[in-house]
Amino acid sequence: MIKQSTEIQHVASQPEQHPISLYLKVWLLLFVLSACSYMVDYFQFQGLLRWTLILAFMFLKAGLIIMIFMHVAWERMAVKLLLFLPPIAILIFIALMSIEADYVFITRILSFFNP
Amino acid sequence: MSNDEHQKNSQDNNTSPWQSVVNDWSADKQSFDMPWGKLMMWVFLLSDTFIFSIFLTSYMNVRMSATTAWPNPSEVFALTIAGHHIPLVLIAIMTFILITSSGTMAMAVNYAYQGNKKKTVYLMLATALLGASFIGMQAFEWTKLIVEEGIRPWGNPMGANQFGAAFFMITGFHGLHVSAGVIYLSIIAKRVNQGKYDKKGYHIVEITGLYWHFVDLVWVFIFAFFYLW
Repeated sequence: MIKQSTEIQHVASQPEQHPISLYLKVWLLLFVLSACSYMVDYFQFQGLLRWTLILAFMFLKAGLIIMIFMHVAWERMAVKLLLFLPPIAILIFIALMSIEADYVFITRILSFFNP
Repeated sequence: MSNDEHQKNSQDNNTSPWQSVVNDWSADKQSFDMPWGKLMMWVFLLSDTFIFSIFLTSYMNVRMSATTAWPNPSEVFALTIAGHHIPLVLIAIMTFILITSSGTMAMAVNYAYQGNKKKTVYLMLATALLGASFIGMQAFEWTKLIVEEGIRPWGNPMGANQFGAAFFMITGFHGLHVSAGVIYLSIIAKRVNQGKYDKKGYHIVEITGLYWHFVDLVWVFIFAFFYLW
């Protein structure tokens, strides 16, 4: 914990410095992950396996971009909260809209195909 | 480092991240210790997150509620290159180009803070060039879909009518962001080259970088939800 806090203190006033090799490694990793997600389509995985793989690769890529490229990993906790708390509202909205979509779908089936 | 900052940092050394949040918010000064431009960029990106989320959510909503089959993106976006029928190939190339541009941008930010102006400008221009090629490919993709496949916002020959509306809205808005980013990058690269930030410091490169990485980030979600799902 102490080590983490000392890392954080650099960001506060001084710009973060990392070796270029870190960015090259992350870049390579993003390339591999993108290739993997493309392979999901190329090999035509279907069903639950397809969705799990797509989401897993997507979150890994998004995490790498946010944490390393956008330097959020080295930001203070207050900044992380500023960025990650509001999107919870989006998750709730997605849940509500999927429930609504199911309702619309059922309503359409009932009225279009059941005269 | 000023005395005031030193005091705060040494205080942080033995506090938890949560305690640091309390300290940041209760101290009688600005809560976020970063240049105001960077904070404003973060606030803008947060609001942009909401806009793209709403587009993707509305796409999810129409796709789930459509009673006709959704066109298979793997087939819609397939290309025949040298006699080989490859699914989704152009989109894959676009993804790799955008990730590469994110890599060059991250390195530009690093070189900017090292004070290496020449490398910063070249890497920013490389990023802008990659972004421009992305837009070019998207223009090609749109032309193919509109002219050859007959996809319109109100209907298409392959399936659910909502496909076109969702596609043009989401990729169009993202393409607009990429175009704005290319212009933004070019302007900042020019100004860095002119030495306008020599005294002010190179935070502006990081701020531009944040915007560009965000554009790449949005593409990760579009690629997963629209093209692969």
